[in-house]
Amino acid sequence: MSQDLLTLTATEALSKLHSKEVSSVELTQAHLSRIESRKHLNTYLTVNTEGALSAAKAADAAIAKGEVATLTGLPLGIKDLFCTNGVRTTAASKFLDNFVPAYESTVTQKLWNAGAINLGKLNMDEFAMGGSGENSGYGPSRNPWDDSRVPGGSSSGSAAAVADYQCYAATGSDTGGSIRQPAAFTGLVGIKPTYGRCSRWGMVAFASSLDQAGFLTRTVEDAALLMEVISGHDPKDSTSSPQAVPAWRESLGKLSLKGLRIGLPKEYFIEGLDPKIREIIENATRQFEGEGAIIKQISLPHTQYAPAAYYIVAPAEAASNLARYDGIRYGVRVEGKNLVETYLNSRSAGFGAEVKRRIMIGNYALSSGYYDAFYTKAMQTRTLISQDFDKAFEDVDVIFAPTAPTAAYKIGTNSADPIAMYLGDAFTIPTSLAGLPGLSINAGTVEDSGVRLPVGLQIIGPRWNEQIILQVAHAWEQLAGVTQPPFVA
Amino acid sequence: MSLPHNYEMVIGLEVHAQVTTKSKLFSGSSTAFGSEPNTQANEIDLGMPGMLPVLNAGAVDAGIKLGLAIGADINMHSVFARKNYYYPDLPKGYQISQYDQPIVLGGKLSIDMEDGSSRTINITRMHLEEDAGKSIHDMGSGGTSFVDLNRAGVPLMEIVSEPEIRTPEEAGAYMKKLRTLLRFLEICDGDMEKGNLRCDANVSVRKIGSTELKTRCEIKNLNSIRHVMNAIQHEAERQVEIWEKGGTVDQETRLWDPDLSETRTLRSKEDAHDYRYFPDPDLLPVNLDAARIEAIKGTMPELPDALRDRFMSDYGLTPYDASLLTSEKSYVSFYTDMLKNGADPKLASNWMTVELFAVLNKSGKDLDESPISATHMGELVSLITSGKISGKIAKQVFAIMLENAEKGSVMAPSAIVEAQGLTQISDEGALKAICEKAVASNPDAVAKFKAGNDRIFGSFVGTVMKETKGQANPELVNKLLKEAIDAHA
Repeated sequence: MSQDLLTLTATEALSKLHSKEVSSVELTQAHLSRIESRKHLNTYLTVNTEGALSAAKAADAAIAKGEVATLTGLPLGIKDLFCTNGVRTTAASKFLDNFVPAYESTVTQKLWNAGAINLGKLNMDEFAMGGSGENSGYGPSRNPWDDSRVPGGSSSGSAAAVADYQCYAATGSDTGGSIRQPAAFTGLVGIKPTYGRCSRWGMVAFASSLDQAGFLTRTVEDAALLMEVISGHDPKDSTSSPQAVPAWRESLGKLSLKGLRIGLPKEYFIEGLDPKIREIIENATRQFEGEGAIIKQISLPHTQYAPAAYYIVAPAEAASNLARYDGIRYGVRVEGKNLVETYLNSRSAGFGAEVKRRIMIGNYALSSGYYDAFYTKAMQTRTLISQDFDKAFEDVDVIFAPTAPTAAYKIGTNSADPIAMYLGDAFTIPTSLAGLPGLSINAGTVEDSGVRLPVGLQIIGPRWNEQIILQVAHAWEQLAGVTQPPFVA
Repeated sequence: MSLPHNYEMVIGLEVHAQVTTKSKLFSGSSTAFGSEPNTQANEIDLGMPGMLPVLNAGAVDAGIKLGLAIGADINMHSVFARKNYYYPDLPKGYQISQYDQPIVLGGKLSIDMEDGSSRTINITRMHLEEDAGKSIHDMGSGGTSFVDLNRAGVPLMEIVSEPEIRTPEEAGAYMKKLRTLLRFLEICDGDMEKGNLRCDANVSVRKIGSTELKTRCEIKNLNSIRHVMNAIQHEAERQVEIWEKGGTVDQETRLWDPDLSETRTLRSKEDAHDYRYFPDPDLLPVNLDAARIEAIKGTMPELPDALRDRFMSDYGLTPYDASLLTSEKSYVSFYTDMLKNGADPKLASNWMTVELFAVLNKSGKDLDESPISATHMGELVSLITSGKISGKIAKQVFAIMLENAEKGSVMAPSAIVEAQGLTQISDEGALKAICEKAVASNPDAVAKFKAGNDRIFGSFVGTVMKETKGQANPELVNKLLKEAIDAHA
């Protein structure tokens, strides 16, 4: 019974809720029990038990009165990067271990306004810095496909929780691949919209010019539905766009694959890409071709420079964004003999190794005498990468690429080698630098050491055209069937 | 003030002017002065996680106004950058300021010296930035410091002059003129006591005739024009002494101690921060359009320099009086109101700047608290201009007006003249008899006068004035007395 409820898609759950077949309290309780019984995956940092149940009761009352909003009664998980009023928000950093915001992020506020239920706050790489979840100040989350493996990152808890049926869907944030890569590692749909599509207000900042909110879901329809709710202009975020938000969910199934031009950038099919993954992506492409799509080999010539540019720009912004964590007004304070010592003690105690590494890289890149060689150069590279995509989209409608060069790896594989970890983002970073919308969807599975692991197909669209990547991903679900992650009782 | 050993000063001023907006530069918090500490700081000002700045358009308009007023180039594209440094009163760990792309470039300010001469000082740039909070040291026991963030985020204009100022007097005149202009434009109240206008002075010295720029020192946070002038003089003298003794001046930041009349080191060049400036990714570039600038042009008042020139040419005022009357917007409106009913402009200027200002100075009041209205001051001067009363009687009437005001009653000067019977006697026939009598009754004086003692003439005038209770038209009396003396055999 409980499994039947948990394995519903968000859309199905909403339909059962709103037709009163099932109550929000039932769904919420089912999820809370599931979370309790699956603690070893280390997905939630804070479980919002009382808050969720009381919101579920209120949702049921509203449904009884016929007051139904888009998401009324739907239990969701929230990446611990989104500030939630009265609910502890840590960004998986020990620095914010005791931080309870007195304000709500715009994205989560929109979810609550639409009636959704907050099950709790999900684990992640500290301040979203990482691609495996291993940089969490609270220990790594585990991949439900194989719990000796990482679920990807930085939205590690979000991916693991959705794939493990601990929530119907979860918010994520993507700076260089932090939604798409974990979605690939856990066989989910993960969408990062165009930069500026969602408000960043109340999202703990990592790299402001790259951070975007998005969702990890089990189906494209769920992603379309939820993205519609959280998108749109916010006067409190100057970088959020006034672009109208299309009816994405309604648009699904209305795209003809005949004549659809799909680009395959040669720079993504390189040495280092697992041949089994290459085969799965090529197979998917062939299926689209079989439906009348036109496959074009394209070139995004500056792709190879993307990781280098990214690992200048993102740490530079991060170094500045994280300067506010000084132990003076909130968070960890470890007193020293004087002010400087208090700063040093607090930040040394509060931040993990990867965060410290990026702060140092960032400050170095911005230092006088180095700024032009690093930051300016990186920003110029960013422009070139963006122009690569603009040029490519003159000839193609969408771009297909692998989401990650490998499938989920064992915990500990890359943690001693930051460069190897950074290169794991090589396929998702260019899209982020260009600010384009990208989506990862399960394209099949590979076998590794006797374990089946999902592989993500990355679908990249032109600026502001989330619709086409949702439509194409939805078409893929029709072609290949929706493959849900295994339910482990 | 000058320097010994043939040295001259090279002075450049950086003035911080608080923009009179109701809310802060990037948040909705109030900018009102004097509230309880930390009551005017919201999540944004406190640098809480995930908070974002939104630019206050009113502050941008103020910057445009100042730019137009000093004939500068308004940059249609300007950029806010982050200036990174740690201090407890800087909550985000960076100050949002404009760096390499400020909103205003160039411009000039004409300064008026005491001797009536004027000089033009070129302006390098003006940019917008947010203020930091206030650290309060030595207030608590045990070396505790306190931080008040009410000021944090308050909008400032930083106006940077070229190093063209040569004397403390010129620096004082520059500050006065800038203050006048800011107040005219109603973009800064110019209140230096409250810190709403403050100045950093860059000072170096060199031998007269040299064009070399020697090492400069920056004196921080001078909060009165007197301090600006004194600090510059003392700093320049200190530097001359060092050079003359064969030493070298070190580039450093210094503080002015008005109690000891000396500057002292705040930090040396070695301790100078590397601010690691980079464009703030949370804010879009400020892109202006011509229509906005035209609209602001339409709201610009007549500026002090233009008004001064007009007052000189239209009213024949001296440069000194014209400058004084145009040094405050309130002076201009008071003065022009005085002229509405036929008052002689020069006489009106004298009555306002000499008689009325003396009264105001004595009672420590501003013009807008004047006990006598501009209309009544104008009427009083009109009575003199039209010959209805003499200047001497006018002083009596003025005294009565002040007494009335003290009692809280108001009476028009013409009504006072009527009621007290103070109308000037200009009846030639009546005055002729009195004058002839005065001459006839004092033959000794007539003889002395004829013998060349001109000063004795005053005794005849005194007699006539005594007889007429001072109401005789003095010009007429002079003429008639001369005739009577001539007629006296």
